[in-house]
Amino acid sequence: METQKSYKKVFLLLFLLLIVFFFVNISLGSVAIPLKDVITSFFGSEASKSSWEYIITQYRIPKAITAMLVGSGLGVAGLLMQTLFRNPLAGPFVLGLSSGASLGVAFLILGAGAFGGFFTNALVSEWSLVIASALGSFLVLLAVLAVTFRVKDTMAILIIGLMFGSVTSAVVAVLSYFSNAEKLQQYVFWSFGSLGNQSWNSVFILSFCVMLGLLIAFFSVKPLNALLLGENYARSLGVRLKRTTLLIIVATSILAGAITAFAGPIAFIGLAVPHITRQWITTSNHSVLLPGVLLLGGIIMLICDSVAQIPFSEYTLPINAITSLVGAPVVIWLLVRKKKLLF
Amino acid sequence: MFSETPHTILQATNISIGYSHKKKSTVVAENISFQLQKGELIGLVGANGIGKSTLLRTLTGIQKPLSGSVSIFNKNIANYHPLELASLLSVVLTEAPTSKNLSVLEFVSLGRQPYTNWMGKLTPTDSEKVQWALQITDTQKLSQQKCFELSDGQLQRVAIARALAQDTPIIILDEPTTHLDLYHRAVVLKLLKKLSQETEKTILFSTHEIDLAIQLSDKMMVLTEANCHFDAPCKLIEEGKFKSLFPEDTIQFDTKTGRFSIKD
Repeated sequence: METQKSYKKVFLLLFLLLIVFFFVNISLGSVAIPLKDVITSFFGSEASKSSWEYIITQYRIPKAITAMLVGSGLGVAGLLMQTLFRNPLAGPFVLGLSSGASLGVAFLILGAGAFGGFFTNALVSEWSLVIASALGSFLVLLAVLAVTFRVKDTMAILIIGLMFGSVTSAVVAVLSYFSNAEKLQQYVFWSFGSLGNQSWNSVFILSFCVMLGLLIAFFSVKPLNALLLGENYARSLGVRLKRTTLLIIVATSILAGAITAFAGPIAFIGLAVPHITRQWITTSNHSVLLPGVLLLGGIIMLICDSVAQIPFSEYTLPINAITSLVGAPVVIWLLVRKKKLLF
Repeated sequence: MFSETPHTILQATNISIGYSHKKKSTVVAENISFQLQKGELIGLVGANGIGKSTLLRTLTGIQKPLSGSVSIFNKNIANYHPLELASLLSVVLTEAPTSKNLSVLEFVSLGRQPYTNWMGKLTPTDSEKVQWALQITDTQKLSQQKCFELSDGQLQRVAIARALAQDTPIIILDEPTTHLDLYHRAVVLKLLKKLSQETEKTILFSTHEIDLAIQLSDKMMVLTEANCHFDAPCKLIEEGKFKSLFPEDTIQFDTKTGRFSIKD
């Protein structure tokens, strides 16, 4: 696809913004650390205080990297779903992946109460949460893939994904009804989403999964562009539809599944970032959109996380609330200003 | 039934078209045979629901014929690799592109996909073909506009430009004149005539504009419930084939003028 305008400047600006917000994000928090110390300890030298250095390398850098991975990954997953389903309302979770993850976690936390004493509190460690939610999304993914093989119509896949979502939410509701307050609170906290408390180990695993998903997405740029014309045109251009659909769904599942497993169900970003990008970079060409969404998703998530930390205070707000509080007005403002949804 | 000629591009042999669901199959039309030659403009007419779209879908390989075969250059289209087929046959569909946010230039250059690398990057040759397609359809001035800014007539010409950019010996258009006023219907059909003459492409279009099609087409296909008549339009008129197109109690075909008129 030929796009006349050059987007080099836009990408350069986005890249610089990403770096700036990365360091700003690290420096802000309950303990504000001067940017100078952030940068020196980032490049391996010692910071002025050793406690700062510990906070930076063991807590804040993993958190900032997680924020970027989550923002980029969910943004790209949302873009893939919106193009595949030709629906501006689609997001990374339309396939029911986050509901699957929620179900897994709900069984782990709430199921203990409902089925009585089988799981103990000790079992609900961080890793078991990750495993439960990964298992949940994976099972839904298998179901979606089975459906994809049988059903020809992508719209049907969309509806079936939404149905999976409804069913799992219903099961979660039933489980919640039978659980005690303490368990319920634990579950609710998980559903708020969290970028912090990631060990370097989990950051590596998450990066690997996100990179894999992004790689598949980048290799799908050409069929994605063909899909902008609709399925029949895409087929007439030599696109193998089934293979492409499958590839896009697998990429989305890897991205959304891994991110939900580590950071919880992060709302809004996946739906909003592609729209913000389209309104700003006014093209539908995926070879421009995809890197745009990638960079902007990372930036927006870093900003949201910085806000959620409430600089100079000890409070940390749930990231899920902040993504919507920051993101929704931006999308509304963009739509009102341009008076038109670009899709 | 037909003798092979060196200029035969697309050939349908005894095909029956329709849909198959598990064991049951619904036949829409059967015993259809024809050969399309190089540089021919062919109009396909028939009443609503008679199977025009099904026939076009079968010819473009979107669905398989229930029996018989469709071949391009003497090779069954089912045996072509999707990319190979995409370099032989392009389509103009009734549906508008899903993303109307595409600029005309982007829309038309998507036609080069069968030839571009994995990123879809255009080479200078690709850009040349795109510019040529814009020029011959007189849509160069629109190239920076978005598809949602275009009128129906402009959009139809741009869709034809996209098919031209795909650079195929055959173009199949599904009702390219719907939603257009008389002037723009004539513009689109004259453009197709010009293309078939100047580029020697084989162009098959379905339409409800029977009188315009009679005036412009080299050959016509008249699809009725019983038969598919395929010949030059004047021959078809002589043989009275258009009379069987619609029930004669409401409209009547006048063999002298080549038009339908309301029956008193």
